[in-house]
Amino acid sequence: MLKVILSRFLQLVPVLWVLLTLTFFLTKVVPGGPFSAERQATPEVIAKLNEYYGLDKPVWEQYLAYLSKVIRFDFGPSYTYQSDSVTEVIARAFPISLQIGTLAFLIALLIGITAGTIAAVNKNKVWDYFPMSLAMVGICLPTFVMGPILALVFCLQLKVAPVSGWYGLDYVPLHPAVMPALTLGLFYAANIARLTRGGLLDVLNQDFIRTARAKGLPDHQIIFKHAMRGGLLPVVSFLGPAFAGLISGSFVVEKIFNVPGLGQEFIKSVFNRDYPLILGTVIFFGTLIVIFNLVSDVAQALLDPKSRRSP
Amino acid sequence: MRRMLVSLIGCAAAVVCCIRLFSTAPASSAASRTLQEADRAKVLLLVSGSEPRTLDPQESQGVLEHHIIIALIEGLVGGDEKDQARCVPGMAADWAHNEDYSSWLFHIGEDRRWSNGDPVTAQDFVFAYRRMLTASFGAAYADMLFILKGAEDYYRGKIKDFGQVGVKALDDHRLQLDFVGPTPYLLSMLQHSAWFPVHPATILKFGNIDTRDSKWTRPENYVGTGPFRIKTWRPNDVIEVERNPYYWDRETVKLNGIKFFAIENEMTQNRAFMAGQLHKTDTVPSDKVAYYRRKKPDLLRIDPYEGVYFYRVNVDRPVLKDARVRLALSYAIDREAICKNILRADQKPATGYTPPGMAGYQPLDKFNFDPDRARRLLAEAGYPDGKGFPKFTILFNTSDAHRTIAEAVQQMWKEELNIDVGLENQEWKVYLDTQNNKNYDISRSAWIGDFMDPVTFLSMWTTGNGNNDTNWGNPQYDRLIDESNHTGDPQKRLQILREAEELFLNEAPVVVVYWYTHDYLIRPSVRNWYPLALDNHNYKFIDLETGAGPEEKGSGRQARH
Repeated sequence: MLKVILSRFLQLVPVLWVLLTLTFFLTKVVPGGPFSAERQATPEVIAKLNEYYGLDKPVWEQYLAYLSKVIRFDFGPSYTYQSDSVTEVIARAFPISLQIGTLAFLIALLIGITAGTIAAVNKNKVWDYFPMSLAMVGICLPTFVMGPILALVFCLQLKVAPVSGWYGLDYVPLHPAVMPALTLGLFYAANIARLTRGGLLDVLNQDFIRTARAKGLPDHQIIFKHAMRGGLLPVVSFLGPAFAGLISGSFVVEKIFNVPGLGQEFIKSVFNRDYPLILGTVIFFGTLIVIFNLVSDVAQALLDPKSRRSP
Repeated sequence: MRRMLVSLIGCAAAVVCCIRLFSTAPASSAASRTLQEADRAKVLLLVSGSEPRTLDPQESQGVLEHHIIIALIEGLVGGDEKDQARCVPGMAADWAHNEDYSSWLFHIGEDRRWSNGDPVTAQDFVFAYRRMLTASFGAAYADMLFILKGAEDYYRGKIKDFGQVGVKALDDHRLQLDFVGPTPYLLSMLQHSAWFPVHPATILKFGNIDTRDSKWTRPENYVGTGPFRIKTWRPNDVIEVERNPYYWDRETVKLNGIKFFAIENEMTQNRAFMAGQLHKTDTVPSDKVAYYRRKKPDLLRIDPYEGVYFYRVNVDRPVLKDARVRLALSYAIDREAICKNILRADQKPATGYTPPGMAGYQPLDKFNFDPDRARRLLAEAGYPDGKGFPKFTILFNTSDAHRTIAEAVQQMWKEELNIDVGLENQEWKVYLDTQNNKNYDISRSAWIGDFMDPVTFLSMWTTGNGNNDTNWGNPQYDRLIDESNHTGDPQKRLQILREAEELFLNEAPVVVVYWYTHDYLIRPSVRNWYPLALDNHNYKFIDLETGAGPEEKGSGRQARH
């Protein structure tokens, strides 16, 4: 097991290198530069700025210079936030996305697994169709529809959560993370519910469950003790990347509720051609995804003895 | 089944606990943000739009940065509360100029202080202008100072000694500015942040005179001269400013602070305003204007704004080379219809290029909808009834608003001139690149004035100017602009500029569409927020009325449009 984990960690290095290299050259191919603006600066000014940020050198030279800095964990200055470094931008935006993402993850798990289990147990009855149609609606409603609806209901009508902003909103009962988390959580909950139902139904038809029933075990014991373990396997493999996705922030949800998370930094860095910030966030996201894939693989191995034998 | 129910309830309780845990709002020194409390605390809640890139007045380029910087730094003169073309004393207590406006003497008030208590001196301005004109610093607005004697030569390295530039500190309190020509519009221009002072010791503490992006703009380091000083800056969330105790005219300042919220999305702005988180929005979503007009007219305001929306025409394209074709395109647009049916926020059909509102300058009344004339011009150019007219494309940056206008124009040209036009949208930076490389036929554009003088709209069309981008140039036009720069008599100068604009529009390297307005929502408790053509409000005059709750009707608002 330990060997598997170690080898996966070592794989991280080439994966990130490929990611970084691809992104670096892609950003150079994209037209438009960080300093183009509607009121154009004079060519001299643009030249000075390019010189200042080392953008006047040949691309391969820029690449090598960047690589040597990254090895020392120096991601350079951000062009957008003129007195901040990329590390500072990520350090202040990530905790916010992390909070929203974690809460969204919990909401998704709770609603998704509960709904999925209820549906599986009541297969083809009202309590199957009802949660599953809700899940279908959840999957079909994108966050940019769900977000404003939730904002209208909870923020403008009930006034229990802030419409916008992150800090020091002490006049509403709910923390600003709750509404964005709910928006994101509901979307993921829908997926989890369908996966849970499918997984559980597969397991519930298997012989060992029939044996358990024949032995006269009560329903809840069959479901929670025996069926869940195998039934949740598809969910677990979905959860790793889902968690990484959730905590890395969502541009749409962060824009709707105006929270200063990492998701909007990432998208805005692309719009602004803020090359160092694009690269910094891509590397950061890459690392997150690799790590949580690994975590979900390990969890799967713990749940499913079969997968332990073939790493 | 009962156990299952119990575990379900348990899980629900866990989530409630989680939410409770999250619901303890972080400790904030700020008072509660409800509007009434903000009114009572005299803290104005504004929106800055997107996150400002910098608060360094000399590095900033955008309007949104400028709106924050003018709270923190005051230039030689400050903005008048009612008229953007006028000014009030700022760091300069008084000033004088010679007969032809080419040499100005400013007297820096003895009581002027930086926000750290240091006295403001004439030398501080000399330092600031030297920084602007240091080429390696790369200030985007450096060329705005080229009207100073020797400034351009210093910038280009032709002279090394800054003493030869027309900025002189005669002593601690007397600043003399010498210009290459008459500058009757100077006082309006001085309100632009390119002319603001910076605190030399602070700049040099965090780098050299040409260090970009230094840490001096951090809240803990920031030193300014404005009515407010920065308290907190939480990127992508809020910038809070509080009263500057060293500000010379602190008796006039009515607010205790301002919060600039970085809310980019106009729908979110709108919701935040309705939820009572803001005193004023930056804009109103265009499809909501009609709603507010009908339901809440006391919250909606539409002010004139010094901006023009137009299409650049690439005159090097064979089909667009002929001025008659370009004029035909211009006359075939029903601007009235665009303003009334698409824009719907009192925008004015642009009959000329420079918008109305510049004191003493009558805007041109040239392009009224005249399809017959358009068809005639097109026929004269060799395309009767649009026959044989090759297809070309309108380029615009991706946005629904631009697309709708482009589609309307496309349809008008098809109907009136029988010519086919394609539409192409590009992402903002790609579009800027395409336009800059003149790789387009017709390109959507806009221009917002930097100060209250037609030259801010007209100087960009000289041959080869970096913002021209149409390949158009006319030596006579260049001569007229140059002549206006050397004319001391303000009236005569404006006449020359008008002549230049007439010449420019006769050759039509642009197709004008409309003149901007600025629409926004504002709470009745905000006082003295007068309509200003550049939307640069001197915050020291703004007040909040206590007791005018968010739902209350404004009784004594002094300016409404």
